[in-house]
Amino acid sequence: MSGFGSFIASPWGSVLAIAAMTLVTFLCRIAGVVVMSRVRITPRIERGLRALPGSIILATILPVVIDNGWPAMIALAAAIIAMAVTRVDIVGLVAGLGTLAVIRALG
Amino acid sequence: MTLMPPALRPHFSAQGLRHGARAALPAFPGFIMFALAFGTAAAQKGLSLGETLGLSAFVYAGASQMVGLEIWQQVWTPATILTIMTVTAVVNARMILLGATLQPWLKDEPLARTALNLFLITEAGWLIGTRYHTQGGRDVGVLLGCGLILWLVWLVATFAGFFAGALVPEPQRFGLDLVMPIFFGVMLVPLWKGARPALPWLVAGLVSLIVHALVPGYLFIIAGALAGVVVGMLIE
Repeated sequence: MSGFGSFIASPWGSVLAIAAMTLVTFLCRIAGVVVMSRVRITPRIERGLRALPGSIILATILPVVIDNGWPAMIALAAAIIAMAVTRVDIVGLVAGLGTLAVIRALG
Repeated sequence: MTLMPPALRPHFSAQGLRHGARAALPAFPGFIMFALAFGTAAAQKGLSLGETLGLSAFVYAGASQMVGLEIWQQVWTPATILTIMTVTAVVNARMILLGATLQPWLKDEPLARTALNLFLITEAGWLIGTRYHTQGGRDVGVLLGCGLILWLVWLVATFAGFFAGALVPEPQRFGLDLVMPIFFGVMLVPLWKGARPALPWLVAGLVSLIVHALVPGYLFIIAGALAGVVVGMLIE
């Protein structure tokens, strides 16, 4: 086995794996800033990026919530309503989790 | 008027750090539950404490850490290192989009501080920072304060999960398995500016559902997010 191969096969392989994961994740984290600093931000690009926060939220939670069925949907609705009424994020979070806990305790 | 009022110019302050740390509080439960789960799974998989904490401290991206555990090796080869690197890049590619929206806010910051700020970026922290920015805030300290405290919470909860994961009662009973999606749903409310600006969100949701049904893994997030950005660019 080559020197590099036996180095990777040693416990140092884990360190290398973590370093490799760290490197690509950090590249993902900085890439957006690096690219956008070289691109002229047109109104169109700005509109697209403005749609991102809401888009990423729905893209992240919708499949998870639907997979978890109607208790999750009701809990999510409760959280959103509580947040819309109070505008306090902790209240929204507690309302959602509380609703889910109650539904599951009864079900 | 050529000069913006100081509050609207990007700046950095220690008060901002404290404000950011406080603003991050609603994200704590989600971070704690996820990191506890990761620490527990890592210990069950036979990772050492150093490996587990190393993943949480340096990779610091929950979904990719969990996927990483599934392909973790006792004995590594160049091929398995390349595999875990590629899978991590695919799962975390969505972060490219997060950074893109932060560029105007961070462009005059010192490079080292921006590197640290971006190293600490997570979806939850980014959402909290974006909300603050949308409301007119420009203090970069808020973003960093939020990032630092969430990283610390993540690390401590990973440590706790590694040793005491088996002692945590079933998270389902308290609805804690869905704490992250519910937190994200709460963060949607302050973003609401009427039905028309939310049209891209709807498309993002539909595309993510379709991709989720057809493709295994976490691809549905970036597919939906990209669809939303494209629709946002197309509508006036």
